[in-house]
Amino acid sequence: MGGRFAGIDIGSRTIELVVVDEAGEIVESVQADTGFDPMTEAKQLIDGRDFDHIMATGYGRNLFEISFDASTVTEIKAHARGAREMFPDIQTVIDIGGQDSKAIALFDNGRVKKFEMNDRCAAGTGKFLEIMAKTLGFTIDDFGHEALSADSELNISSMCTVFAESEVTSLIAKGENRQQIARGLHASVIRRIAGMVNRVSSDGDIAFTGGVAKNPCMHKLLEEKLGRTIRLPDDPQRMGAIGAALLAAESGSA
Amino acid sequence: MFDINVRADAIESSGPSKNVASRDPWKQFDKFSASCLIELEAAKEAATIIAGIYCIFAPTELIRAAGAIPVGLCGKQEAPIAAAEQILPSALCPLIKSSYGYAVTNTCPFFDASDVVIGETTCDGKKKMFELMADIKPLHLMHLPYATTSRAALEFWYAEILRLKRFLEKLTHQTIQVDELARQINLQNRIRLSFQRLLQVNRPARNPINGMRMLSVLESKGFVVDPEKYLKDLDALINALDRSPHPDASNGSAKPRILLTGTPLGRGSEKVLQLIEDADGVVVCMENCTGIKSIFNLVDETEPDPIRALAKRYLKTPCACMTPNTERLEMLSRLVREYQIDGIVDLTWQCCHAYHIESTSVEKLAEQQFGIPFLHIATDYSPSDTGQLGVRIEAFLELLKN
Repeated sequence: MGGRFAGIDIGSRTIELVVVDEAGEIVESVQADTGFDPMTEAKQLIDGRDFDHIMATGYGRNLFEISFDASTVTEIKAHARGAREMFPDIQTVIDIGGQDSKAIALFDNGRVKKFEMNDRCAAGTGKFLEIMAKTLGFTIDDFGHEALSADSELNISSMCTVFAESEVTSLIAKGENRQQIARGLHASVIRRIAGMVNRVSSDGDIAFTGGVAKNPCMHKLLEEKLGRTIRLPDDPQRMGAIGAALLAAESGSA
Repeated sequence: MFDINVRADAIESSGPSKNVASRDPWKQFDKFSASCLIELEAAKEAATIIAGIYCIFAPTELIRAAGAIPVGLCGKQEAPIAAAEQILPSALCPLIKSSYGYAVTNTCPFFDASDVVIGETTCDGKKKMFELMADIKPLHLMHLPYATTSRAALEFWYAEILRLKRFLEKLTHQTIQVDELARQINLQNRIRLSFQRLLQVNRPARNPINGMRMLSVLESKGFVVDPEKYLKDLDALINALDRSPHPDASNGSAKPRILLTGTPLGRGSEKVLQLIEDADGVVVCMENCTGIKSIFNLVDETEPDPIRALAKRYLKTPCACMTPNTERLEMLSRLVREYQIDGIVDLTWQCCHAYHIESTSVEKLAEQQFGIPFLHIATDYSPSDTGQLGVRIEAFLELLKN
């Protein structure tokens, strides 16, 4: 019987748990909403599951480390490891989550070289898209498709989420096309991300991870704006948990 | 923390400190704030003038040669900032806001004890803040040229030091004697040399003293009433360290060795230093005003004109308000090699344009010249971003660990 290693990513919106075997193959993968009590949710996820060691990442990692017997790794290292597993030659990762976004550059050997984070401003994160979707009357799941259906975009100039929302409200009041506004909002997030990515890495393919990677408009505009190929994993939201599980296996601790 | 109640406690427990020093040579320095206040009160009773200073550009030897006592007023706490923001813009360096806030609320006992304050036109923020501070306390402003290598700049700065001399002489009603100035210069140089010896304890690979432990000693140099005694205490500390392994030394030689550079910090604003060491890094060296910047350069005692010697030495302070600031990059290169640095963290107080822009040169030095990881942090005194900074610092230290 081989060893089993778990990775848990406790984020602002969701918690992902992934278990891998000694060979690094995924044997279990579950997800839950973080809700108001992340530790209770986390406990429910791990209850009854079998693993030799668990590594926690995400903003709730330190609390998890104290509550359960775990080691921790930052989401930077975890996302880099997860993306590298999916795409063995990748050297740039963009992760856009609910509350922050990051750009990570890797060395040839896969180790993290450099990173940049936007963790103090909602603009350029999933939060921005959530607020704007609501203002326009779209669901977050449809937002990307709606934006993609527009053939042109309306430029949103405000840097700040709060002011951008006001800008959108007045555009709606003027009768402007909602899909074009949506596309303009996606372009606004891309501008933020592009600046961050260019500071860490200037060329090569990019792995796109995090919940916002599920948005098809973000994927398309990112490719257009950066002129680089975007590699999308099947389940971008669990890249952190996969990376943490693999790191748990590689750390050799039982 | 600046607390009036500290004085009462300190009076009870103070006394001849010989025994304390031999038991714990750090203790003198941990108590520097309270001890200084007591000594200043005694000095004021003897009608000694206290001159508050804000910056390592201030030639403290000249102040002492005039029979006055310089004391550091640079704001390191968040508490006075709210009051400052009622007058100053909130988008301003927290150090400037804190310093001004102390003045406007008069909640700093050192500011209160100062008869005059001496400022320098280092950056835009300071320049204009001092205009407002002059309404609160008599202020002498030194005009600092920003050119480090120009002959005209040196002559200008020389004239400014002469102007300070005249100000001090008028203030203290005594002429500054050349031999007294030479004596003070010699004393400060000996203190600088001792500090260099102290900081060099961290150069060998093993057992560095961590930054949080060093901090009180480094900060204490702005609060010296009796330099002769201070030198003795400093030498006692160095001798104790030479004799036996330092009690607070981190015993993990595997800990990443960090060079912390950029804007100054102190107790109250040591957030980033604390986060680095909480995450198991060791700050073995600080290239900032708190650390090496104020003590690495000696005043030339062979120069026949001590005022000229002061002008030359102080103009070469490698602050980002100066241009070109190549001396800072050369210093950083030396430190990376001498202290076997694994990574550089560059701290910029929010809205400090000079250090922020200079950060790109420091990044280049780290990555291209040495191939070591670099992290730039721009923040203020508030604890609100501690979580986010913690993630970045942890991720940065992860880069150094394997």
